[in-house]
Amino acid sequence: MANPTRVEVNCTTGETSIIELTDAEIAQRELDAATAEAARAAAETAAEELAALKASAKAKLISGQPLTAEEADTLVI
Amino acid sequence: MANTYTLISSNTVGSGGVADITFSSIPATYTDLKLSYSMRNTAFWSSISFNGSSANFSSRWLNGSGTAVNTGTRTDNTEFVLGELSTYTANTFTNGDIYIPNYAGATNKSFSIDAVNENNATLAYQHFGAGLRSNTAAITSITITPSSGNILEYSTFYLYGIKNS
Repeated sequence: MANPTRVEVNCTTGETSIIELTDAEIAQRELDAATAEAARAAAETAAEELAALKASAKAKLISGQPLTAEEADTLVI
Repeated sequence: MANTYTLISSNTVGSGGVADITFSSIPATYTDLKLSYSMRNTAFWSSISFNGSSANFSSRWLNGSGTAVNTGTRTDNTEFVLGELSTYTANTFTNGDIYIPNYAGATNKSFSIDAVNENNATLAYQHFGAGLRSNTAAITSITITPSSGNILEYSTFYLYGIKNS
């Protein structure tokens, strides 16, 4: 089975080339995709954790309970 | 204020799709660049690279999904270019513009995007992003790469050069 291809448009000559990816390029893309997915997941987790801390801080403020340092950090700009 | 607007090159993706698209050997004779695209992909997000490199990028983005708004900060070039998922309504495409001012100058390169999905469902994103590449080299090539899979057939890309005089 042939490797995927990429297209390159030369803006000076106007020539368009269809180029088959090398095995090394495919491996690098798979690595890049995994790295990007890991970064996306980490950012999503961090955002969820921050939202949970904020919600907990708000609930404690309303009920008059002491906040943890982490919860207080979410309120200080 | 730009008073010229010239099509430098364009491409329509052919049968089978492509893993990425590159506009190379971009002449330095314009002030700004604008890449207008209509794209459908296997993956939702694509990255943008300049001069064959994806290093030293950072970005911020804002989008609306139809039911919520989201913002984010990235220290890379991924999740910058919004695409159309192949699971969205058949024969629909995401439309977007990427604007790159002062691309041939000797300063770091800022750029922006606005794009919108088309989908016959509640979920359809509107996306705005601002990016920075901390590299002073003039931009001579631009590559759009989906995070996985291909850019699908009939996706179109138009690269314009804009002059301020």
